[in-house]
Amino acid sequence: MHPELVRHALILSLLLFVVGTVGVFLRRNIITVFMCVELMLNAVNLSFVAFSRSLGTLDAQVLVFFVLTVAAAEAAVGLAIIIALHRHKDTLDIDAFSVLKW
Amino acid sequence: MSALDIVLFYFFATIALGAALVVVGQRNPTYSAFALIVSIASLSAIFGLLGSPFIAVLQVVVYAGAIMVLFVFVLMLLNVREEQKSEGRGTSPAFKAAALGLGGLLAVQILVVLLRATREGPAWAAHFDASARQVARRLFSAEYVYVFEATSILIVAALVGSLALARGGTSTRDKAAPPAGKSE
Repeated sequence: MHPELVRHALILSLLLFVVGTVGVFLRRNIITVFMCVELMLNAVNLSFVAFSRSLGTLDAQVLVFFVLTVAAAEAAVGLAIIIALHRHKDTLDIDAFSVLKW
Repeated sequence: MSALDIVLFYFFATIALGAALVVVGQRNPTYSAFALIVSIASLSAIFGLLGSPFIAVLQVVVYAGAIMVLFVFVLMLLNVREEQKSEGRGTSPAFKAAALGLGGLLAVQILVVLLRATREGPAWAAHFDASARQVARRLFSAEYVYVFEATSILIVAALVGSLALARGGTSTRDKAAPPAGKSE
């Protein structure tokens, strides 16, 4: 039963990742898109933890630590970019940001 | 692992997946943010059930505590309204079908990889100690300690970068923003 639990955790990770990906495609609010990216990072963390439990090594736990750190940095910079974009265009619709210039 | 733990696993897995679907299906970003917090919290419970208490605590403190607060703060700061139904990306049924199709394709691909990785039945390590002490011992081993130091540089760079970006001092067109070097 326990090995099955690892497999089910991996399937849950797969489902969360796919839901996040579809959200990135479907949502048009830039902050929701960003939250979907965070969801995908969480799914990856879950698969790291499941493999760590399965293989009995701690390297994956260290990797999760680094993913968390990078996610924090990414959120800070990404949200600052979103604030800058909102200041320029006064909208958060990603259709408004289709040109690679201000 | 007892039978109760297994029941709890499926309970929290259902909540995590349901909340994730709410994040994606919701038009109002504020509701999406709160659903994401629920999803993150139940994932943290799953990490605990998989024998990783340190990661479970980090998940709550860093994700739910720091990152999501930042998200909610920006949502309140920008006074975000609901997504408007308008012409453009993501509104046509063909685009939605394509997005769902691509998601299904991705799901099949990852499923194949996962099934190959766990073909002869996934292992379940007999001895597993992922307490904070053991994880820290691994983190500060010679293998990872320089990477750990590098992340501190990353954090400082992100801090400086986000300050510079959010103040908007670099733009010439933005008249509302004060010039760089003056506080707002």
